[in-house]
Amino acid sequence: MGRSGDLPRELGRARRDGTPDDTGCVLLHVDMDAFYASVEVRERPELRGKPVVVGGAGPRGVVSSANYEARRYGVRSAMPGTRARRLCPHAVFLAPNFRRYQEVSRGVMAIFKDVTPLVEPLSLDEAFLDVSGALRRLGTTPAGIGELLRARVAAAHGITCSVGVAATKFVAKLASGMAKPDGMLVVPAAEIIDFLHPLPVSALWGVGARTAEQLERIGLRTVADIAAAPLPRLRRTLGVAMAEHLHALAQGRDERTVVPDAEEKSVGTEETFDTDLHDRAQLHRELLRLSERTAASLRGRGLRGRTVSIKVRFGDFRTITRSRTLAVATDVTHEVYETARQLFDTVPPEPVRLLGVRMEQLVVTARAAEQLSFDTPDRGWREADRAADAARSRFGSAAVAPASLLPRAGGSPDSRGT
Amino acid sequence: MKIRVERDGLADAVAWVARSLPSRPPVPVLGGVLLDAGSDEGGEPGEALTVSGFDYEVSAQVGVPATIAAGGRTLVSGRLLADITKALPNRPVEIAVDGARVTITCGSSRFSLPTMPVEDYPQLPALPPRTGAVPGEVFGEAVSQVAVAAGKDDTLPMLTGVRLEIDGGTLTMVATDRFRLAMRQFPWEPEGSVEPTAVLVPARTLSEAAKTLGTAGGEVELALGSGDGLLGLAGAGKRTTTRLLDAEFPKYRQLLPAEHATAAIVEVAPFVEAVKRVSLVAERGTQVRLEFTESAVRLSAGGDDEGSAEEELPAELTGEPLTIAFNPGYLLDGLAAVRTDRAHLSFTTPSRPALLKPVTEDGNVAEGYLYLLMPVRLPG
Repeated sequence: MGRSGDLPRELGRARRDGTPDDTGCVLLHVDMDAFYASVEVRERPELRGKPVVVGGAGPRGVVSSANYEARRYGVRSAMPGTRARRLCPHAVFLAPNFRRYQEVSRGVMAIFKDVTPLVEPLSLDEAFLDVSGALRRLGTTPAGIGELLRARVAAAHGITCSVGVAATKFVAKLASGMAKPDGMLVVPAAEIIDFLHPLPVSALWGVGARTAEQLERIGLRTVADIAAAPLPRLRRTLGVAMAEHLHALAQGRDERTVVPDAEEKSVGTEETFDTDLHDRAQLHRELLRLSERTAASLRGRGLRGRTVSIKVRFGDFRTITRSRTLAVATDVTHEVYETARQLFDTVPPEPVRLLGVRMEQLVVTARAAEQLSFDTPDRGWREADRAADAARSRFGSAAVAPASLLPRAGGSPDSRGT
Repeated sequence: MKIRVERDGLADAVAWVARSLPSRPPVPVLGGVLLDAGSDEGGEPGEALTVSGFDYEVSAQVGVPATIAAGGRTLVSGRLLADITKALPNRPVEIAVDGARVTITCGSSRFSLPTMPVEDYPQLPALPPRTGAVPGEVFGEAVSQVAVAAGKDDTLPMLTGVRLEIDGGTLTMVATDRFRLAMRQFPWEPEGSVEPTAVLVPARTLSEAAKTLGTAGGEVELALGSGDGLLGLAGAGKRTTTRLLDAEFPKYRQLLPAEHATAAIVEVAPFVEAVKRVSLVAERGTQVRLEFTESAVRLSAGGDDEGSAEEELPAELTGEPLTIAFNPGYLLDGLAAVRTDRAHLSFTTPSRPALLKPVTEDGNVAEGYLYLLMPVRLPG
């Protein structure tokens, strides 16, 4: 948030015209605009158009987030609250509500993960995405995905974000900063050098006030200066590691890949029933429905899970979870359901308020080797699931469902599917 | 009851019986061992003390020579008695029951333990009628060669057993956990004419029993009654019964490949060493790749992220060159189970099961054992 303040904005704006060539620009940096403040304004529409500052209370408080109306008065995040109050006395100052921000963040990250499993969150309000695997599936370009994400985030959460699209992480991040607020900037692979070189050295990842000062002292002010500087000279001033790092960045080289978040390594869904359920057959059908949704979500993200876990909340709110780890990771509805049902059958037969199915220990299917088993048929459940997914993506989610989830036809109350 | 018995015989007997006891008995008496001196039940002449344990799944009974001053029966905690007898000095042991306590005296050590009510103890199942006998070491080897492929997942009970098939003079053992299948077939001596039978025995119990009975020398007697759901095994003064698994074993015969496209003979020991070495870089359970060319096999594992390793060994290949990948643990289990210096590996395609067989001294494939292994499908 707010670290893009020093960058020359005209540059980014100028390039938004026309349709830039986004071939090979598979790395996206998505950054929420004034995240905390935007969430607060969304919750309280009467604040719209007014300067809003989150944080900065108390004598030592610092600003966590300021909307663009407040920034016009010079308020920035990380600024002492007392200073923000002097700059913009009529701003609305709010205490942060982190739980709410986390909730919105989870929702936004889930939108990203619907597009690609390769999402690397940097904080609650920004993430890198590698969309190389999603292009063909979605039939679009990286810039198309950027616009899709912006539209989905706005529609689902009522807040805006900015997207940088480039071939490397740090250029994507610079680009999103320049696109702010509520914009997108593509830096074509062929134009990286032109894009970078006019920027001040502080634009480079890893250059703070002190390094910028050291560089200034040897006469280096722009990225172009660093790119042209002999390495030995940089090394003497900055040390070997930093010199080589900045030299590479200044040439547009950045080998870092998107490392998916290790924390949020599970996919699942749960449902609270309108009235507590106690009929086992009906609960089994609900489990099948949840297993189907969970497995389809795994397949959509190109993931498989090894651990199946279920969550059961009884009528009296006691909540238990049970899990089992499979020999082989799966994204097959039938396998998820079979395990979930076995786990559920160990649970006391009491009225159930909520059921959940979750898959943990996820692996990326494209990178995972698969231990075959004697009962892995050449065309088995996995192929059936894929065919169903394909039909659903063409005809909508109601197109295909396990037979026992179909509405009961009259006269066959005992019909059973799977 | 008052008896005198040698420490070693007693300690062995109690240790063996206590091993099959449940670690958390559902009722306390099932955690006990029954000491029976001089009753008519069990016990051959001169083996006047019988030590028994039973948890409704497995029973174990062994006779120990003893001098009986007064006969009787008593039930004590198996675990405690096993710990005590193991720790006693090598001197004669005196066991005496006095009311609700039993006193164990050995040298200058003296233990006094509470007893449990004998009348609450279940009747041990009778050994079914003898079906036939197998030399102990053959039985022990066969069980260990086969049980290695049995499943450990109790949610798939049909895969946690070893299937015993009796067909005239041929005994077949087979086990599978869906990823590999091991089968051993050998001639044996049935008692008279025996109906073709197939039963499913819990693999863990069978392995335990085979370890003890197979190493004691002599023969192992098999006892299978029709319809009582039990397998009895006896040998070297020990007898055990186990409840059979009431589950359908998968139809496995159709899995056995009829032909192959590629076959190789490898030296087992260097191959095992090489698999262990290269799989050091294969993160928990990931695959080792085998690339068979005309005269060699190249093993490799790992990748750019976790580090990689490769090694090449000579191998006699017939048929098409082929690259295939396996879980190194499963592959090593199979290589350890063939029990010969060289092994015959045969393949059809990289996604069909591979077959491991032992090779005799003169270079021929030895019949009687096979280990069928499903490969790992590589990404992409």
